[in-house]
Parts: sequence; C-alpha cells; structure tokens
Amino acid sequence: MNARDTAAAAPEYDSAAEGYNFAYLDEQTKRMIRRALLKAVAVPGYQVPFAAREMPLPFGWGTGGIQVTASIIGRDDTLKVIDQGSDETTNAVNIRRFFARTAGVKTTRRTVEASIVQTRHRIPETPLTDKQILVYQVPNPEPLFRLEPRVAESRKLHALADYGLISVKLYEDIVHHGSIATTYDYPVIVNNRYLASPSPIPKYDNPKMHMNAALQLFGAGRERRIHAIPPYTPVRSLDFDDHPFEVQSWDHACALCGSTNSFLDEMIVDDSGKRMFVCSDSDYCHERRTEQAGANEAGEQA
Amino acid sequence: MYVAVKGGERAIEASWRLLDKERRGDPRFAELGVAQIREQLRLAVARVMTEGSVYDEELAALAIKQAAGDLVEAIFLLRAYRTTLPRFGYTEPLKTEAIHAERRISATFKDVPGGQLLGPTYDYTQRLLDFALLADGDTARGDAMAQAVPSTEHAASTTQAAAEPMPRVVALLNKEGLIEQESIAPDAPEPGDLSREPLAFPASRATRLQNLARGDEGFLLAMGYATQRGYAHSHPFAGEIRFGSVAVEMELDELGEAVEIGDIDITECQMINQFAGSGEAPPSFTQGYGLAFGHCERKAMAMALVDRALRAEELGETLRSPTQDVEFMLSHSDNVEASGFVQHLKLPHYVDFQSELELVRKLRAKHAAAATADQGSDAPSVNAASNSRAAASPADDTLASTPQAAQEQAA
Repeated sequence: MNARDTAAAAPEYDSAAEGYNFAYLDEQTKRMIRRALLKAVAVPGYQVPFAAREMPLPFGWGTGGIQVTASIIGRDDTLKVIDQGSDETTNAVNIRRFFARTAGVKTTRRTVEASIVQTRHRIPETPLTDKQILVYQVPNPEPLFRLEPRVAESRKLHALADYGLISVKLYEDIVHHGSIATTYDYPVIVNNRYLASPSPIPKYDNPKMHMNAALQLFGAGRERRIHAIPPYTPVRSLDFDDHPFEVQSWDHACALCGSTNSFLDEMIVDDSGKRMFVCSDSDYCHERRTEQAGANEAGEQA
Repeated sequence: MYVAVKGGERAIEASWRLLDKERRGDPRFAELGVAQIREQLRLAVARVMTEGSVYDEELAALAIKQAAGDLVEAIFLLRAYRTTLPRFGYTEPLKTEAIHAERRISATFKDVPGGQLLGPTYDYTQRLLDFALLADGDTARGDAMAQAVPSTEHAASTTQAAAEPMPRVVALLNKEGLIEQESIAPDAPEPGDLSREPLAFPASRATRLQNLARGDEGFLLAMGYATQRGYAHSHPFAGEIRFGSVAVEMELDELGEAVEIGDIDITECQMINQFAGSGEAPPSFTQGYGLAFGHCERKAMAMALVDRALRAEELGETLRSPTQDVEFMLSHSDNVEASGFVQHLKLPHYVDFQSELELVRKLRAKHAAAATADQGSDAPSVNAASNSRAAASPADDTLASTPQAAQEQAA
C-alpha cells in the first residue's frame, strides 16, 4: 500500500499500439482541441465547447483529460497519472499504459519528475512548478448543473455573471446544517469573473488552485467542454464573510508517514471496523517515508 | 492487503486474460466466426452499425464477437474505431424513393402504387420457439429452405420492385396539399456534423436527426412509446416503412460529377401525424422521420415518433412532456455516453466519499449536541458529554491509536 508497484508489466499487453497516430488522436483533432485550449487559457474559467471524440476508454472514465493530454503531449514529456491521489488505482494504471503504448513517452510515479500530471479527484500534495501542466478529468464542467441542468440556460447565467443561484444554495446549506455542506467539487470564482467547477477534488485541494505556478487544464469529454486556469491566476472558493471557506482536517496523522498536513484516506482494516488513516497521495507518502528511512540510516551510522 | 483497490498492472492483466477466456467459452465447441455473425445475426449487426454510426458489416460483426454479444459494448468499440478514420467528404443525399425494396408497407392506404411488400419480417410469425433450430447442423433443412424461398418469391419481388416505381406515400398525399412537404429551402445552411462539432442548443432538425440516428434503440423505443401514451401531442400513422438497398453517390472532384460508390441496406420510416393548424397554416398532416442502417424497423419507427415530438416548438404546440424537450432528449439519447457515465460509478470515489464522511460525522455531532442542549438540565451532564463524543466519531473506539500500531496491522 502506497508503495510503488515495481513488478514489470507483462510485455504482451504493453506492445506499442500499431496503426494509430502518435498519442492516438489524429493531428486534425489535436489542432481542434489546442484551439479550444488556447481560448480557454485566454478566458480563464470559461467553458469552451469542443468536439470531443469517442475514445477507446468509456465516457466518464477520463476521456476529456485523455484528449487534453493527447493534444499537448510531446515525445520529450514525462507523464504521471493519478486517480484518488494514487498512481496504482486501476483507471490510472490503464490511462498511463494507454499513453505509454500510443505515444511511447516516459511515465513516472514521481510528481517532481513529471512534465504533465493527469489527475482525477486530487491535486498532488507536492507543489507544482511553472514547468508542469496539471490536466484534470472532469465529469461535469458546469458548477450550476444541479441547480440548472439546462446548458442553454446556464450559459446565459455565466454570460451575465449571474451567480445568485449558487449563493442561495450555499446559504440554504448554512440554514439547514449550520455550515456549507459541499465537500468536493466546491465551486470557485476564477480570475474574479467566471464561476467554475474544480472537478470533484475535495475542497481540501481548492486552495492549491489559487496562484498555482502550473498551468491547469480541465477536460470534460462527455460534456464536450474545456476550461483552464492559467499559471498565477487568482481562484477564490465561494463563501460568506461570516462563514469563511474552510478545508477538512483530521484528528489523525498518516499511519505510514506521519504527515499531519495531507489529505487522508480512511480504511477499514478488520471485521470489527477498526480504522486506519493514510495519505491519499501515494507518491507524497512514499517520498516522505524514503526520506525518513534515509534520515534513520544516517542517524544509525553516526 | 489493498490489492483489490490499488491492484496495479498485474491485476488488470489477469482480468484481461479471464475476459478472453470467458469470451471464448467452452473450447469443446467451435469458435464463432465473424462471417457467421455477419450472416446469421444480421439484426444485431444492423443495430451496431446504426448506433456505432459506421456502415461496415464486417467490423460490426467483429465488435459483436469481441464484446461477447453485448451490443452496447460492441457499439462503443465500433465508435472508438470510427473516430480515428479520416473524413473524405460527404455523399449526395440518399435517394430512398429509388430504393431496391425488400420490404415496404404502408398503414395508411390499403394499396399504394408500388404495392405492399412483406419481405423478411417477424411481424407475421407466431412467437413459438422453434425447437427444430435446437438441433445442431441442420444444414439440410436450412439449404432446403434457402432453395425454396428465394428462387420464386425473391425473384417475384425484385422484378416487381424493378418494374414498378414506388413513390412515397407522403408525396401522394401532397397532391392534395394535405401534408407538409420537406424540401430543402434554397437558403438552408449546410447541415452540421455531430461527429465533428459539439452538440449545441437550440439544435436544428438536421442535428436532431443525426443525434437520434445514433441514439440508443431502447431509449428511443421507451420515449417513442411514451409519446403514444399521451406524453406529447402525437397521433401517428405509419405512412410508410421501407427496407432495402439504396445506392450511395458521391461527387468526386476528379470526375466533376456524382458517381455510385456502393449500395447500403437501410430502413426508412415516415410517420404521418395530425396537425391542428395555426393562424397562418390550415390543418394538415405533418411528418416524423426515421432512418437506420440495415434492417431496424423498431428503431426507425421509434426515431420517427421522437422526431415528431421534438418538432413541437417549431409547430407551435404546447410543450408539456420531456419527450418534447430537445435538450433533455438529445443530451441523454447516446448509449456510449450514458453507459460510460453510469458505469463510471464503479471507479474509486474514496476521496470524495471521505470528504462526505467527514461532513456527515460533523453534522451528526452538531445534531447530537443540539439535541442534548434541548434536553437541558434533565440529562445528567456526564452522559450528555459521552453521547456527543460517541456521535462525533463513532470509529474512535476502534481506531488504531498510533502510527506504529497501524503499521503493524497493515503488515
């Protein structure tokens, strides 16, 4: 657990995919997606429609992120793919392997080594740099969809910056529950203009989006939209003066690395319901333990 | 310990191997050939081609074999292949009135020019299981049937079709001006291409029909059925249903004219619906249209019903059902999208679930504290404190208390 899977993959399933273009998509499609990406970067937080293709993975399983990654990846890139913070979840393994086969690029599990990180549901704990791009897989790019499912209508609300609906929703949470009852996919205002969905990351990760050095790209394949947060862009999580935004906290430290400032997964470890908390970011946890082991050894030698 | 959730590459490979084995089934029986599927499961092939939106019987049959008969999975396989194909250009509109019909029926007139042609259909069978088909290798019987049927009846129908023109029933109605005519306006924009542009609203009828043609047969069937049961202003008659092969023509730059590049089998349905008329237009009939690759009457008819329901707004009818709601219908018709998103719930969500756990525990703690406060001095203070603590973190009692202890358990 949270240790790297070092076993070599069976070669028969890892042969380069033949008969396909570099990174699967044809160059026309990549150009179309890059145009959408440029527009998205130019208008931070605005959802740009694009003609998402059917991909060899199902809609809802990261096709938006895959298309964005396929459009920006080059032969010199190093790709890291995480799902729930981990490189070893089945879908992350599958997507990483997809790019290894169709693009032949280097892949890594270390955040610091990656030039592109494709993610589902987390932002890595290790701060990103201006040499990195974070690609999010987005199930529904529309932060208003639960309040207004009609795209035609929600586009109008965005055009008018009419975000009263969502404020009322958060206010009703406070009336019903005493606090805002949104814990993930917590809506943000990007660059003081567009209301945007950060994808279903826990609100714990929201502050990392603010003034991040890395370019953040969001791809929603099924809903056919792309949005972006350029480097060093202000991102504000919605709140009220008397109910300021706050993130989750734990009474526990990571059982493996002892970290007290990372997002923890809770696990049930036996039949009597015994719990254990460990870092959701497997690379962060692993790096910390390697450091600790190194420090211990150094201590013993001294 | 957590191999099941963070299983990594070896578990996935093992899963692939199992899948191959399960698909093959018991090796004592001969492996199913793609040609067999193509010839003997032609209706499945037709559905996969239609919703996979590429006309290729062999690839559709391959997809059905690879998907072990799961047609929605086969449709997905075909679509994912199709999306990598280059787009050479657009053909001329199909001339379906020049169809080489194997079947053509109209429910509106007892007889129509070109005649009623029953063709191959399950419509007039009694749905009794044919136990003769249970017997293996009944080739003798099959050959006998193949000889008995086509030589006489096929020939008869083909000569009839060739000899007698088969004008559309709606064209006949038009002689009296009884039905709206669907001709292309001179200033009409080129139809969009849904496989190249994202769906946007409001959607033109051309875009809607493209969406419905690729749409899930089950979805369209249920929605079409709903329109018949009052969930839309719809009183349809099956004006005409045709199945047969039609020539595909394409203008080639080098030749400067349209040439035939092949034939495809299609099913076409034109529904005739009442229309009460409006201030400007007198009462007349209106149309709903359905088209599918291969032999797919259920799909073509359901599509025609839904197409007509979605025209409510342009015809000035009251919108009162989901079946008339263009955005609702078009956003949910595609089974590749729907299947993917419904099933993505199988992916791990433990980060989000952890966030919700934390919230619910916090809210429950608040709730318990509030309840205790309401009880006021009645409750002994010691009990109240322990109650609220238990509610705050029910797992605390059993928590691994130190990192070290937890590590030992993990090992």
